[in-house]
Amino acid sequence: MAGCLVLSACSGPLSVLEPESASARNATTLWWVMAYAGTGIFMATASVLVLAVVRPSWLRAFGEARLILWGGLVIPLVLLAGLVAAAFALGERGIAAAREPAALRIEAVARQWIWQFRYPGGHVTTNLLHLPAGRDVDIVLTSEDVIHSFWVPRLAGKLDAIPGHTNILRLHADRAGKYGGVCTEYCGIGHAPMRFDVEVHEEEAFRRILASEAATAGEGGE
Amino acid sequence: MSARPTRQTPLRLHRELAALWDTPAGWRRLSAVNHTVLGKRFILAAFFFFAVGGLLAMLIRVQLATSSTAFVGPEAYGQIFTMHGTVMMFLFAIPMFEGFAIYLLPKLLGARDLAFPRLTAYGFWCYIFGASILLLAMVAGVAPDSGWFMYTPLSSSTYSPGINADVWLLGITFVEISALSAAIEITVSVLKVRAPGMSLARMPIMAWYLLVTALMMLFGFPPLILGSILLELERAADLPFFDPLRGGDSLLWQHLFWLFGHPEVYIIFLPAAGAISMMIPTFARHELIGYRAIIVALIAMAFLSFGLWVHHMFTVGIPHLALAFFSAASGLVAIPTAVQIFAWIATLAAGRPRFDVPMLYLGGFFFIFVIGGLTGVMLAMVPFNWQAHDTHFVVAHLHYVLVGGFVFPMMAAAYYWLPHFTGRRAEHRLSKPAFWAIFLGFNLTFFHMHLTGLRGMPRRVDTYPVEARLDWLNLLSSVGSFVMIIGFALFVIDLVVQMRFGQRFRRNPWAARTLEWAMPTPPTSYAFASLPHITERGDRLAPDAEGARLAGGHGYLGFTRNGWMETLGVDMTSGRPDQLIVLPRQSFLPLWSGLLTAAFVLCLLAKLYWLSLFAFAAIVVSLLAWTGGTGARQDTGALPIGKGASARPHWETATPPSWWAMVLACAAEATLFSSLLFGGLFLWLVAPAWPPPQPAMPDPLLAAACLVLMLLAALLGRDAVRALTRGGPPALRLALCAGAHGGAALLFALMAASVPVPTTHAHNATALVLFALCGLRAGFGALLAGYGLWRERAGYLSPVRSLDLRIGRIWHDYAAATGIVGIGAAFVFAWLASSAGAAP
Repeated sequence: MAGCLVLSACSGPLSVLEPESASARNATTLWWVMAYAGTGIFMATASVLVLAVVRPSWLRAFGEARLILWGGLVIPLVLLAGLVAAAFALGERGIAAAREPAALRIEAVARQWIWQFRYPGGHVTTNLLHLPAGRDVDIVLTSEDVIHSFWVPRLAGKLDAIPGHTNILRLHADRAGKYGGVCTEYCGIGHAPMRFDVEVHEEEAFRRILASEAATAGEGGE
Repeated sequence: MSARPTRQTPLRLHRELAALWDTPAGWRRLSAVNHTVLGKRFILAAFFFFAVGGLLAMLIRVQLATSSTAFVGPEAYGQIFTMHGTVMMFLFAIPMFEGFAIYLLPKLLGARDLAFPRLTAYGFWCYIFGASILLLAMVAGVAPDSGWFMYTPLSSSTYSPGINADVWLLGITFVEISALSAAIEITVSVLKVRAPGMSLARMPIMAWYLLVTALMMLFGFPPLILGSILLELERAADLPFFDPLRGGDSLLWQHLFWLFGHPEVYIIFLPAAGAISMMIPTFARHELIGYRAIIVALIAMAFLSFGLWVHHMFTVGIPHLALAFFSAASGLVAIPTAVQIFAWIATLAAGRPRFDVPMLYLGGFFFIFVIGGLTGVMLAMVPFNWQAHDTHFVVAHLHYVLVGGFVFPMMAAAYYWLPHFTGRRAEHRLSKPAFWAIFLGFNLTFFHMHLTGLRGMPRRVDTYPVEARLDWLNLLSSVGSFVMIIGFALFVIDLVVQMRFGQRFRRNPWAARTLEWAMPTPPTSYAFASLPHITERGDRLAPDAEGARLAGGHGYLGFTRNGWMETLGVDMTSGRPDQLIVLPRQSFLPLWSGLLTAAFVLCLLAKLYWLSLFAFAAIVVSLLAWTGGTGARQDTGALPIGKGASARPHWETATPPSWWAMVLACAAEATLFSSLLFGGLFLWLVAPAWPPPQPAMPDPLLAAACLVLMLLAALLGRDAVRALTRGGPPALRLALCAGAHGGAALLFALMAASVPVPTTHAHNATALVLFALCGLRAGFGALLAGYGLWRERAGYLSPVRSLDLRIGRIWHDYAAATGIVGIGAAFVFAWLASSAGAAP
């Protein structure tokens, strides 16, 4: 784990470790908490193992049944209960906002091997998603063929685009910038290059782009 | 008929037993049914496939070494990673554990062989032929290429029109016959085929592990087999189970796959953990601490593992509250694992540990597996899973779990038990460098792969963008993988050196206290010259003294008679001997049945469906041929089994192994059938494009007639047993039972034929498969009744020899019960389908 801690800085356009939204930050925080706690648990368990060999009398004095009871049951149960509750609360906070539909809905239609984004007002972009900064957007995910998965690591967790189903992913980018997006469900030979760019604009710029591209809506498809 | 058994000299006894039990030489070795021989064959074949899977992994690492390696194209890459996962899971891990269990189990339990030696052989052939089909497809460049979990619609005929996906579905289902047969074999052997005195509470811990694993296989594999059948039906006959345009749903495949797939992980881990629980006490020089706690943990793990499959599906759009349930269950499974780890640590603390090579590999297990367990808990947390799912973080996690939890313990086990296989002790010159190369190479490959994933690298990609800064991470992984493969090469060389040049030893080189060392090594084909009487827990024995006593014929069955291959069956809980099990001789029939099954699978692959019906009939005939020569034409009564005790041969007892096998087969089939009913409900509830245009409402008259016939068949089957045990002739009842089953099968066929255009909607297709399955069960019932009739005519039945009919009775009852459920379900599905139309 220690290696990961050092290597995390400045880690690229697809990095979970540089979140740019509240929900992505939640997941990243959860990761760091678990990474540190996991390192601690690993160290503690390994220490007990080493003790069993070099200082067995200590563990024998503690009692073998008690060792199994505490190490195997009580401590993991307490830790897990805390973790599950915290993760549930974080997850709820991430989607509690999504109970009511956002004002802006963008349809993301996946097919082998492109992403097509359809905005209100009818214009369409391919492999490029424009988003406004600082407000909620619902990405309405569907697929026209096989299963794909929509992932913009720095903005939110991933959600699958499944033929016959509609999944809604809430995005809320903190600020303007360029982010990377990828398909994360294997979808055939074009899976690896099935990437897309996300451009987050200030509100004004976002309106301008929608307006200017509306003219070319018809040819946005391919 | 039964010669009076006399005490022999050890050498004479050995010669007589060896003459019966030894596998013949030359081409006749293909007739082997012996567990020692077949166990070794399974292990060797599985190790070969481990090498194949490893080479595929090397190709993957070459391709991913840099962001711009153009080593293979995406088509080939798809086949490579799909085959890597498929080979490692289905052709390496499961068969390796099976081979290990087959070789070791009778020796641990104090028996001469497993309950069904020919089934072991048939399972082996199914494994070899099925695996060969996959391997040949790979050589021909038409290997499966949709990922080892074969998600639809990518694996459907629209997006995978070639034969590739069919190879996976049919080949893997073929291989799974060996998994299911091993599951039944192991369960029955643990429950019934033990040394006298070995009660459940005295079983060596490994037997508990294998029992739990086998039961998990029995319930874990049927959902996948059903899923594979449905997907193959969709591909071959256009039945739209997974097509969202016609009421199907690709999510149904994911549920069926992971209902199998998650227990699968524990099916792989538990036998390895069992091996650890055997090795730690030996090297700690102290019996296992927490024997009972471990058994409770195992059972808890088995139950939990069936309740967390959805954690592979956190990103498909299931409501968060439902995910929370599976998240908690997934976290909870860490507890039984922790119980085992701390029991092992407590055992080490209680004893005076001694270090040898197996302990080094167990150290590797501990380090790697604990990390894998911790990242597993992380992945079980929903918000983090949404980020890490389907990235290289998961790739790292699963390799930490599977390599840590299976490969390292199995390497330790190889060093621990290889002296048993070969009769030679290890030199250990290369085992330590091999360990360090594998251990360091593994961590160099996979540790920072967690970070690769968090930096946004999805799994199953053949390229990645330069700007994502993944190049050096991947290069490091590729270098690590080559260090690791050098280690594996050293490991292989070390084993070969040990087999060839190791020092011979007399007995029990590790001073272990379990029964498998109470025999000459390498083991004789019959394992024990006479069977022990167990008065202690199975890990508190004195194998050296016991081994000499048993070789001298001082235990049970220290003689031969009638040319029978004998072992003892015991009462399940108390371990009191309750039957003399007479095992079948060496036979080519399993090979023939395996070849015919291969022919059947190849017919399906080549789409020669009419021909496949003949192949299927030939399989049935070949399996019926297995029964020739089993049982007896006269009542034998109790026979002496040595030590002043006596027991009846198994066919004169109430619950011999074959009776239990039928019970377990019904349980497995019931799981498959329940999966189908689950599928029918799931599609109605979740799938798009409902309701169906023409619901498949069965004809109530046909259905009622069918119900009557099935009940009649069950009653006649029961009455035939009653008549036989009272001394009356059961023939007429059996004939009528067969007729009633035949009639029911016919009516099911009629109902299936009257399903309106099954290709139009998943509902109709489900109804078709439902009727077909019920009809097949009735057809099999007719076959069993007919078989009973044949046995009766041939003189194998008598009031005390009623086994054949009682096995039939289980099936007749089962077919009637599930047939009733099936018809009920058909009406419910039709009603749901039509009322779905009324709903808004």
